Amino acid sequence: MKPRWFAVVVAIASTAGAAPDTPAPRATAAASPAPGNVASGKDVYLRFSCYACHGYAGQGGGGPRLVPMGLPVSGFTAFVRNPPTMPPYTPKVLSDAQLADVWAYVKTLPESPPARDIPLLKEP
Amino acid sequence: MVKPRRGPISRRLFLEGAAASAAALAAKPVDAGAGSPPAPPPAVSPRIVEHPGSDFMFDVLKSLGLEYTAMNPGSSFEGLHESIVNYGGNRQPELLTCCHEESAVSMAHGFAKIEGRPILVLLHGNVGLQHAAMAIYNAYADRVPVFMIAGNHLDAAGRPGGVPWYHSAQDMASMVRDYVKWDDQPASLGHFAESAVRAYRIAMTPPMAPVLLVVDSDMQERSMAGPPPRLPRLTLASPPAGDAGAVREAARLLVAAEAPLIVAQRCARTADGITRLVELAEALQAPVCGIQATGATVSDRMNFPSRHPLCGLGPPGYAPDVTLGLEVQDMSAAARSASARGAKTISISAEDLFLKSNLQDFQRMAEVDLAIAADAEATLPALIEEVQRQLTPERRRMVQERGVKLSEAHRKARAEDRETAAYGWDASPISVPRLAAELWPQIRTEDWSLVSWQGFISKWPYRLWNFDKHYQYIGGQGAGGMGYGVGAAVGAALANKKHGRLSINIQGDGDLNYAPGVLWTAVHHRIPLLTLVHNNRGYHQEVMFVQQVASERNRGADRAHIGTTLREPNIDYAKMAQAYGMHGEGPIEDPKDLGPAIRRALERVKAGEPALVDVVSQPR
Repeated sequence: MKPRWFAVVVAIASTAGAAPDTPAPRATAAASPAPGNVASGKDVYLRFSCYACHGYAGQGGGGPRLVPMGLPVSGFTAFVRNPPTMPPYTPKVLSDAQLADVWAYVKTLPESPPARDIPLLKEP
Repeated sequence: MVKPRRGPISRRLFLEGAAASAAALAAKPVDAGAGSPPAPPPAVSPRIVEHPGSDFMFDVLKSLGLEYTAMNPGSSFEGLHESIVNYGGNRQPELLTCCHEESAVSMAHGFAKIEGRPILVLLHGNVGLQHAAMAIYNAYADRVPVFMIAGNHLDAAGRPGGVPWYHSAQDMASMVRDYVKWDDQPASLGHFAESAVRAYRIAMTPPMAPVLLVVDSDMQERSMAGPPPRLPRLTLASPPAGDAGAVREAARLLVAAEAPLIVAQRCARTADGITRLVELAEALQAPVCGIQATGATVSDRMNFPSRHPLCGLGPPGYAPDVTLGLEVQDMSAAARSASARGAKTISISAEDLFLKSNLQDFQRMAEVDLAIAADAEATLPALIEEVQRQLTPERRRMVQERGVKLSEAHRKARAEDRETAAYGWDASPISVPRLAAELWPQIRTEDWSLVSWQGFISKWPYRLWNFDKHYQYIGGQGAGGMGYGVGAAVGAALANKKHGRLSINIQGDGDLNYAPGVLWTAVHHRIPLLTLVHNNRGYHQEVMFVQQVASERNRGADRAHIGTTLREPNIDYAKMAQAYGMHGEGPIEDPKDLGPAIRRALERVKAGEPALVDVVSQPR
């Protein structure tokens, strides 16, 4: 048994002015065909623990939501190579092709209906 | 000095003696006709003890109003155990059979956070105390009162050989002294009485914390030589309120602020604490970030209503020029940030009144502008009065204008939370907001109490439910020690039971596996409690940590699951519950099955039983 520290720790001061877990705006999916392999992307998404912070459905959790994926594959790759807070992934670990696969997989994750269409989310 | 042993012989001597007597009887039949007639045996065995010391100890404990005694049995306190059961009739305090001392202390921890006062925990010498150690540290770091007694075999000359020596110590409390507020090893019954009353008062004076008495087994078991000592009177110390001049200065800073922010951590100890905090926030029209917003601590409690218009951090860009921390354990980051932009920080906390050196739970040095060493809840009335006195009509008008913007920000934040909750709505594993949303309509008309921490479930209950009572949320571990959760939930549910409240435990799977025997305790003592296992099949925080380390070392994260997950095989928590005699259902993997499973479990809970539903869940 050991005391643990939690990555969810957010300094009081640094949160000032920012709503927690601010969702990304709903964006229209890119019209161009996905360049990656969806099955391979799913495999990487699960094996490399992308789900751990972003959820199995890309809905977010410890990390931000991924759906709808608003970035093009190039922007997505650039972000993963040198992100501000999440763990970085270099080409030695995940190739550009693998990241394109992940991007393609995330693009297939369904977006949710608006909260107003879900009875349980109507505020009583 | 060797003391004559006037009490009953120890368990070991009793067993050895019984075996020897049986052997002698078998080997050598009594020959009544040989030699001189034997002396007639006494009519009553000299081993019979009238008025044992532990009967008086029970009277002392009863006088303190201790309702329960959580314990795992141990021979070093068997005298007190027997007195509670027979002399005291197992009432006030009533024994709670626990399967692990960590569970016993965790139950006391949870109970105190609902009821505001401690129960008794009995701990076996050395071994029981060491089992309890992590839970004691959690309660200490969470500033929660727990009243503990550990047994000891003090007299080495009269101590039976073997095991009792392993369970004895010269200074037993030294094992946990760094994280109890006070301890003693009384030398007489009169000493016990005074120390018990003193210990209770110390535990209940902010900052509250566990206390420990180490009590000799012989003193428990020996007959009282004469009339019992008198019972000392308990007078609780009033919580320390802030110095009037410092409170006036705090009010001046807050009234003059353009963007004040109130951060509350362990502020509201009672229902009145919430009322006062609302009053202060409304007077200032200042946002209050409590358990839902800082995301920062492992120990938040219910401080402020979740649907109050001032709940939150204010609109985007709201940069506080004065931040008031109320019983915030770590103000250092807020103070540094404020200092860098010329803003001010104020801390009102009992933390400044009592600290120890070794364990570093006191956090980084906070360079605040005004530190008021006092209990925050006790200081709020004076602070409110001073704020009201200093508010000019002009300031009141400005304050009300600020309030309109804050109210709108709060409304938007809640709407965003609901939009966020919709993502992954139909996913399997089941999303955490879906779990919270399925539960809410089934409990919202009840008098409910969430008796588990929200840190590992992204605070979804607070974001979706309407929290407005002090017992509706008890916060977290204190020291971040896993294994606290299920024990504290059962203890809090026990406290809620007599009030007829519905206790809800959203229980992490990793935490549950430390000491799941407390589920049996809940069944055995008929403690109503709905447990939904947030089963993400791992120590998920550690999954993310190992992933981060591996990635930063450029080694990838595809092996982060090794040593961090609870798979192969998956653990069947429904069967675990059933093994302890509890209603257990699951694993629930389809979100459509969750609502009906909760309904079935709630029927059992409302009938007075604990029940468990295993929900295979998203990580957070």
